Amino acid sequence: MSGWSRLPELLASHVLLAAAALALGLAVSLPLSIWAARNRHVARVALGFASLVQTIPALALLALFYPVLLAISSLVGGGVPALGFLPSLLALGLYALLPILRNGVAGLTGIDPAVREAADGVGMTSGQKLRIVEAPLAAPVVMAGIRTAAVWTIGAATLSTTVGYPSLGDLIFAGLQTQDWALVTTGCVAAAALALVADALLGLIERGIRFRRRTRVWLGFALLVGGTAAALAPKLLPQQPVVTIGAKNFSEQYILARLIGRHLESAGYRVRYREGLGSAVIFRALVAGDIDVYVDYAGTLWTNEMKRRDVPDPKRMVAQIGRWAGREHGVGLIGALGFENAYAIAVRGADARRLGLATLDDLARVAPRMVLGSDLEFLERPEWAAVRDAYSLRFAATRAYSPTFMYRAIESGAVDAISAFSSDGRIAAQRLVVLADPRHAIPSYDALLLVSPDRAHDARFAAALKPLVGRIGVEAMRAANYSVDRDRDKRSPDQAAAWLDARIR
Amino acid sequence: MSGVEFQHVRKTFGATAAVDNVSCTVASRSFVALVGSSGSGKSTLLKMVNRLVVPDSGRVLLDGADVADEDPHALRRRIGYVFQNIGLFPHLTVAENIAIGLRLEGKPADGRVAELLDLVGLPIACAGRMPDQLSGGQQQRVGVARALAPGSKLMLMDEPFGALDPVTRDALGCAYRALHQRLGLTTIMVTHDMAEALLLADRVLVMAAGRIVGDGTPADLLAGRAGPEAAALVDVPRAQAERLKELGA
Repeated sequence: MSGWSRLPELLASHVLLAAAALALGLAVSLPLSIWAARNRHVARVALGFASLVQTIPALALLALFYPVLLAISSLVGGGVPALGFLPSLLALGLYALLPILRNGVAGLTGIDPAVREAADGVGMTSGQKLRIVEAPLAAPVVMAGIRTAAVWTIGAATLSTTVGYPSLGDLIFAGLQTQDWALVTTGCVAAAALALVADALLGLIERGIRFRRRTRVWLGFALLVGGTAAALAPKLLPQQPVVTIGAKNFSEQYILARLIGRHLESAGYRVRYREGLGSAVIFRALVAGDIDVYVDYAGTLWTNEMKRRDVPDPKRMVAQIGRWAGREHGVGLIGALGFENAYAIAVRGADARRLGLATLDDLARVAPRMVLGSDLEFLERPEWAAVRDAYSLRFAATRAYSPTFMYRAIESGAVDAISAFSSDGRIAAQRLVVLADPRHAIPSYDALLLVSPDRAHDARFAAALKPLVGRIGVEAMRAANYSVDRDRDKRSPDQAAAWLDARIR
Repeated sequence: MSGVEFQHVRKTFGATAAVDNVSCTVASRSFVALVGSSGSGKSTLLKMVNRLVVPDSGRVLLDGADVADEDPHALRRRIGYVFQNIGLFPHLTVAENIAIGLRLEGKPADGRVAELLDLVGLPIACAGRMPDQLSGGQQQRVGVARALAPGSKLMLMDEPFGALDPVTRDALGCAYRALHQRLGLTTIMVTHDMAEALLLADRVLVMAAGRIVGDGTPADLLAGRAGPEAAALVDVPRAQAERLKELGA
């Protein structure tokens, strides 16, 4: 299974991110603790800010750094990466602030006033007082805060996957999308084990300080540094250039990424994968060169990136997207893969027969008595607004799910209609009926192979990908998707990609 | 020489004057007790000498030089400071606590710790112990040793034995008085206990509401020659002694 082979690489990447974020957190919060312990106003502002940061969900904090870094990048004339390591580092570093700061201030202000008076009385300068008296006395409390911060940081680092930094979260997110619970468990167990080891080593240092055992302090410190260095070592070795293949967060994208990877590898490229990227983020990642190639859908680019509201003929639309991508962003369009993965509204087959539902117009009649289930982004997308307004759709309620659970929800009756994907194998498997769009409210969603500006004029690269263009029919894609999404006899995305590859070669 | 001279010193905290225009001279090698009820300003006056308190106006001279002209840390390192809450560094051994002044100056401790332990009447075995392994009296002996370690000739003591039980307190007071004599120290000791002041000091200054209201030798005070406030304070232990005598009779 591909997930297992990536474990060492992802673990190392996870360790580096967590260590760097913790180091950043320490570098900011330790001096701030000292200042805050000496000044009540600073303490109030700093602790208030750190607490506020903590109330933001880690996932949202990571996502928020993306527009912030983009804005900074455009202010300084580019060059600031908005995806990958930097936003992950900043978000997790911020997250590490509160426990260290809170314990730092508590540790310093908790020192017996008589001890402070004695330190002044014997003639210590404020630097000597900090070094000889305050730091050693506050150290056990501060270390407890650092332990908390380390455990939080290692846990939250799994979320860096969503902004394109590889971590153990890659296993969790990929496993969640393909319902590969062994993969999810592997990611969780690895992250938990890492947190436990880091906590134990920091605990060793904490007890060493508390009971004045220098060897323990140094042992714990040496093991932590050694572990981080071991994670860093492979990065320092000279590396061959690697192609980064991006994928969004659903099975079809995982399979296509592997399919692209197979073709590039057989053309002699070394590849790696950035999976689980959000729709809004992935195109920017391509423009920035953080990923080299991925598959997007015509309608998504048309509405989200080009902000178009008209729905032209699919062929003209793809041509316009190709020109726009090259002109505005330098992005290369290799071509359309051949199938379409459109947003569609689907209902249970039995309901369709009973209520006579064939089109969205039919649905509009009964929608007020129905609950709509959607994926996490559909309700925010312009396509939903277009469909809703074109057909005056008013549902009794709407609920958002990750795609896997959305299909479970319609099966169980928790929802009555869903925002399905036309290439999804589960539509046929679950006997769902896709409702027609006679008013053409939803644009076409031809799957398009896009390459980064650096690769746009790379003939060898394009030649390696060309054989995919126009070769993947919707039936083949549905079958491949279903082989990953079904509950029994599941294939991994790698296996599904191999199967698909065999069908199209 | 380690004479101290207060010249018109004044310190207010908010609206109240803790020390109100005090002038007086403490002779070198004398043992002066500063007596008064709590809030009379005696601790504030004491701490002006090592600049833990900076006067709003007036100045303090040490051996004729204004203490404000010297770096406060250097000043404090040559003045011994002992106070009620002791303030031993809990993470340092007794020996490290005693040698802290030398460490700050970058001087070697050599045999100084053993010498000082002996001086304050503690066994050498205490050197390696942690402060929390000692009794209160032993801890304050370490506090005195720490204050003496850099070779201080001036000792500022703020209720030094106030937290100790009466037996320990008496023993430590007498031991310190002997040390004062032997080392030729100048000592200014703040206490609210007139009996302690009379028994230990050469001279007693009585403070009330930030001013010196009585000044004299113990004999002067006992004879009522140091003013009415002093007399009132002296009457307390005297009356107690009388009652004790009657009880025993």
